[in-house]
Amino acid sequence: MKNILTVLELLPLFGVIALWLTPKENTKLIKQTAVAASLLTLVESFIAVWNFDIKFKGFQLVESYNWISAFHIKYAVGVDAISLTLILLTTILVPIVFIAGWHESEDGRFSPKTFYVLMLVLETMMIGVFAATDVFLFYVIFEAMLIPVYFLIAGYGRGERAAAALKFLLYSLFGGLLMLAAVIGIYIISTNQGVGTFDVNELSKLTIDQSTQNWLFLGFFIAFAIKAPLWPFHTWLPGAAKSATAGTSTLLLGILDKVGTYGMIRFCLTLFPGATKTFAPWIITLAVISILYGAILAIGQKDINSMIAFTSISHFGFITLGIFALTSQGISGATFYMINHGFSTAALFLTAGWIVKRRGSSQIADLGGLQRVVPVLAWSFFIAGLSALALPGLSSFVSEFLVLIGSFSQYPVATIFATTGIVLAALYVLLVVQRALHGEVKSGNESMVDLNLREKLAIAPVIALLVFLGFYPKPVLHPLNVATSTVMSQIGVTDPIAKADK
Amino acid sequence: MLSAPHLNYALLAPILIILGAALLGVLVEAFISKALRSRLQIGISLIAVIAAFIQLIRVRNLTSTSAAVGSVAIDGAGIYIQLIILALAFVGLLYIADTDNFTAQASAIPGSTEEASSIAAGSQQTEVFPLTLFAIAGMMLFPIATDLITLFVALEVLSLPLYLMSGLSRRRRLLSQEAALKYFLLGAFSSAFFLFGAAFLYGYSGSLSLNGIADGVHSSGANSVFLLIGIIFLSVGLLFKVGAVPFHSWTPDVYQGAPTPITGFMAACTKAAAFGAMLRIFYVGFNDVQWDWKPIISAIAVITMVFGAIAAIVQRDVKRTLAFSSITHAGFILIAVVALSKNGLAAALFYFISYGFATLGAFGIVTLVRDSSGEITDLNRWSGLGKRSPLVASAFSLFMLSFGGIPLTAGFIGKFSVFTASYESGNINLVVFGVLTSAVALFFYLKIVLMIFFGESRSDTLTVVIPSILTRVAISICVIVTILLGVYPSLIFNSLQTFATFLH
Repeated sequence: MKNILTVLELLPLFGVIALWLTPKENTKLIKQTAVAASLLTLVESFIAVWNFDIKFKGFQLVESYNWISAFHIKYAVGVDAISLTLILLTTILVPIVFIAGWHESEDGRFSPKTFYVLMLVLETMMIGVFAATDVFLFYVIFEAMLIPVYFLIAGYGRGERAAAALKFLLYSLFGGLLMLAAVIGIYIISTNQGVGTFDVNELSKLTIDQSTQNWLFLGFFIAFAIKAPLWPFHTWLPGAAKSATAGTSTLLLGILDKVGTYGMIRFCLTLFPGATKTFAPWIITLAVISILYGAILAIGQKDINSMIAFTSISHFGFITLGIFALTSQGISGATFYMINHGFSTAALFLTAGWIVKRRGSSQIADLGGLQRVVPVLAWSFFIAGLSALALPGLSSFVSEFLVLIGSFSQYPVATIFATTGIVLAALYVLLVVQRALHGEVKSGNESMVDLNLREKLAIAPVIALLVFLGFYPKPVLHPLNVATSTVMSQIGVTDPIAKADK
Repeated sequence: MLSAPHLNYALLAPILIILGAALLGVLVEAFISKALRSRLQIGISLIAVIAAFIQLIRVRNLTSTSAAVGSVAIDGAGIYIQLIILALAFVGLLYIADTDNFTAQASAIPGSTEEASSIAAGSQQTEVFPLTLFAIAGMMLFPIATDLITLFVALEVLSLPLYLMSGLSRRRRLLSQEAALKYFLLGAFSSAFFLFGAAFLYGYSGSLSLNGIADGVHSSGANSVFLLIGIIFLSVGLLFKVGAVPFHSWTPDVYQGAPTPITGFMAACTKAAAFGAMLRIFYVGFNDVQWDWKPIISAIAVITMVFGAIAAIVQRDVKRTLAFSSITHAGFILIAVVALSKNGLAAALFYFISYGFATLGAFGIVTLVRDSSGEITDLNRWSGLGKRSPLVASAFSLFMLSFGGIPLTAGFIGKFSVFTASYESGNINLVVFGVLTSAVALFFYLKIVLMIFFGESRSDTLTVVIPSILTRVAISICVIVTILLGVYPSLIFNSLQTFATFLH
């Protein structure tokens, strides 16, 4: 089968066309169509996995067509294990978000139909951004995908949604513009060296002098750091997470923000190895600050959604730490972390979303004693929380452990600081669990209804995956290791060998 | 023996068709009854523009410097700019066809009984069509003219009708007339500057043709102070027409006061024509003294971008906002001028298209949002437009996103190609300024989008009129071009690779 990836990108768009044909009033049919389209996409992504060769180094399922030949721009897609797992994360989470947030689309400023159109367009772009192997194509999707997210936050969110959406958009676009300058820069360098290309493989073979590398690296890195988000570029995130619907937050933090950390590996590391080594210690510092800052602020949050947002800042710190440790354990740990963080954030946002919807308030202080009223919902939230604090036996433990081992050999002091993040994580999760789930049943909570079958169906696969990958990470971790070794050889670094005592 | 100068009529035909149609339009005004005039004029104008367009396509592969005794150069870039101007003018004419925007009788004093009676009689000011055609002819001549006299004549031919047309608004006539007067006075000044510069260049090189001036630079016997003064004053005249800072002060007032269809036409076409001429003058005439003028024009480009973007943020009036936005875009195009390369020229030409159609589309939508006293240009009253009329709001937002340079719109490709050309020529600092200004500019474009879709609707009197078929076609063309060139810009760039050249 040819063009697997293109078909994968197009399937959600076919869903959009199908939605366009369904009558506006028939909300149920609209939702079913959207779910069907996302499930079809999921099936196609399994076909992609089936055709993927784990041992092969480099991009697979590649397609390349001329797009704007005046600038040597191609529509070029291809995947390695890192991008394929992220695509899989996308195709799994989108139907779950649809099923979990069945009524999310109904009280927005626009119609439910628009909600699903935006979501499916976003899915196409999320797949496309991970599949792109042409830097220009990546950039175009990277920027264009902000528009549907903007309308999803501002059109369907809560509270100060319009302002939060605008802040998110301006931050991201600003980062994107810096990246545009760097994208143009590297293209001109390739032209001057006689190649003239946007192909990421070709670009990684260029020889670029150190000072130019540094500038271009920063152009890419700041864009990704805003996206990821890394302290001090994170300020847009809590507002956006607080205002967006549970489903939008899930996709925003679970997948979209991964474009930042994914971009660091794919572009910062492989295109500018020299600059990466120069900046690594600084970035490690920022990562550790993010870990501690996110964790400490998470403890103090009163709003459950902003608490989850701050935990994510801490987790993105771990991912960045793993990437810039430049060891194979660190990078594979970070790539695996991205997947786990996707699922565990999804579990947190979705369960928190249900709680907020039922209670009508997102203040942690208003909750209490949920365990007795809504046991299934409470347990789901609890497991999601445990996954966020990386409890052994859940998949996030594996990745966090790998990241810490991988970075300890290079940056022992930073790693020790980062490890305290784990303690803080236990604190912020267990405090919320204690306040929200246990204790007296607070007034207003008595009549809460537990999860229905639809909601159980939505959350079950996420929890199952968290547990399964916790005990048996190999099916995901092994291919990631292969991809990581390719990245390592591209940057030209090897793992430090433990010094034997003489 | 005196021999008549040789004219190559086939190559000059596009301009002659437009001029002929304009004269025909004058005759129509004189001899045809009022009832028929308006339709006939629309028909003549549109057919003339289409015919000129077809003729240009037919001669597209011919090049000549002697089509009119060396006064014009028919070359790839010249033909391309003319095609762009005609395409933009076509859309502009579709708006102008809605004569409801123009005063019933321009000579009547605002508020007088004479005005009231002519409104009651249902008269229409159909002279606007021949005036538009004269302006188009001037715009077509301006970027292909190769000597300073022809350049000046073209400049006046395109400007004079525009001064008049700015004053023809049906509503808020005093504002409109003030705008026209201001435009005329400042325009006259800038023409004087242009002539002054031309005189100095003649004094320097002993020639009025661009090639002659370029040769004069080589022979280098002359006093180069004359050359510098000439370049500076000539540039002032041109920069005034494109609305670059510090010669921009007419732009917001004229854009606001002029009838909106005229504003759209003027903003899109004048910019293409004036920049076309500017590109030719700098690429052909002043190429060898680039180290003298590049720093100045670079500085003006930066000031223009930054000032336009910052001033636009505080505007309350949609037409003024678009005016400052056009100033910012003038700055971006100046970056392409400074790039001084084939890619820079191609980028500028693409930018004319992406900017031009988005501008025409945006002004077209401004004509639709009205209350009983005419167009509503107060941005606050646009708040919540998305709820009332989602389609119109979406189209307007699309144009804003294209202005802002969001990927998958033509505006993004325009910006990308300008920045690429500039980077390639080594002007990396201009790219950095351009990128930072884009971020500032995005702020006000997105604020408008935000207000339209998410603001509370405040005015109950606001209505979105059902557009006439011609206006609907015009806006649709703009939407399609903006999306199509955003997704598949090769449609234009493939042809630009052969056409983006000037004859020397």
